[in-house]
Amino acid sequence: MLGVISIIAIVLLSIFPDRKEPVTNTLWDYSMEMVLILPAVMILLGLFAVWVSKETVVKYLGKASGIKGIILAIILGALPTGPLYIAFPMAAALLKKGAKISNIIVFLSAWACIKIPQEMVELQFLGPQFVLLRLSLTIIFVIIMAIFIEKMIEWSESRVATMAS
Amino acid sequence: MNVTTVIINIIAVIGLLIAFAKDGEKAIKSLKIAGKSFIRMLPMVFIIITIIGLLLGFVPPNQISRFVGEQSGMTGILLVGVVGAVLHIPALLSFPLAASLLEEGASVSAVAAFITTLTMIGTITLPLEIKELGKKMAILRNGISFVIAIIIALIMGAVL
Repeated sequence: MLGVISIIAIVLLSIFPDRKEPVTNTLWDYSMEMVLILPAVMILLGLFAVWVSKETVVKYLGKASGIKGIILAIILGALPTGPLYIAFPMAAALLKKGAKISNIIVFLSAWACIKIPQEMVELQFLGPQFVLLRLSLTIIFVIIMAIFIEKMIEWSESRVATMAS
Repeated sequence: MNVTTVIINIIAVIGLLIAFAKDGEKAIKSLKIAGKSFIRMLPMVFIIITIIGLLLGFVPPNQISRFVGEQSGMTGILLVGVVGAVLHIPALLSFPLAASLLEEGASVSAVAAFITTLTMIGTITLPLEIKELGKKMAILRNGISFVIAIIIALIMGAVL
């Protein structure tokens, strides 16, 4: 993939040498921004991954309910503890332990899109207005979605239960 | 160098200092994880930056705005939403890409839809999600996430 892209870039630039300057300028600007911000983000990710264990998250989220549960789910989901595929088995374990479905959905969604260091990068490239608006809308709609999914699943399960009895 | 960069680097340094003061072994483990994920991400960083470079250098802004700009309307937003849902690139790298699209005349809605579906919906991780959480929950979560991503995008387009 990297090879293909580089070859395309080199071929395009040799056909259109007049574009070399804007392209290399952009490459330089974006590379500099990434070089200055990425190592710090990675260090924060590493620190959280080691210090906030999966067990801690499961322990706190397992017993929380109501508004407190939702807030906790957002905070624990937003902690940078790894990629989304780590969160699925955690969510499954939590469900087995009897955690609320709505909390789990909020937790997964927060995990997916409100990672703290990640948001600093979004802030850097897209500005505070964009980030604040997108995050607050996301939180509102994720909570609505979580409650809706919980009701749907409870409803379909109760229907299965009545049909069985 | 802007404020965000300075702040996040300060936080990282302070975090590291506290980590080393508390438990040197754990701190080194964190650094190893950080180094590994950084190296793993590097090729993708170069790919994204090269794509941005080519995009800004070769594709005229009116082409981009025709597909994902204000005048493309709902079709543009849905198109970008689907692309975001299918693509599997780290969210960290979607932000510079999104910024370059905005610079080139993409609408706020399209960019918001892209980031939101990219982060919330995982087409590649869907089989794993189904395995762990069941078909019903996984499909509901991903499906409804797409709808709310579009709603969020439309509201953001109207406000900003």
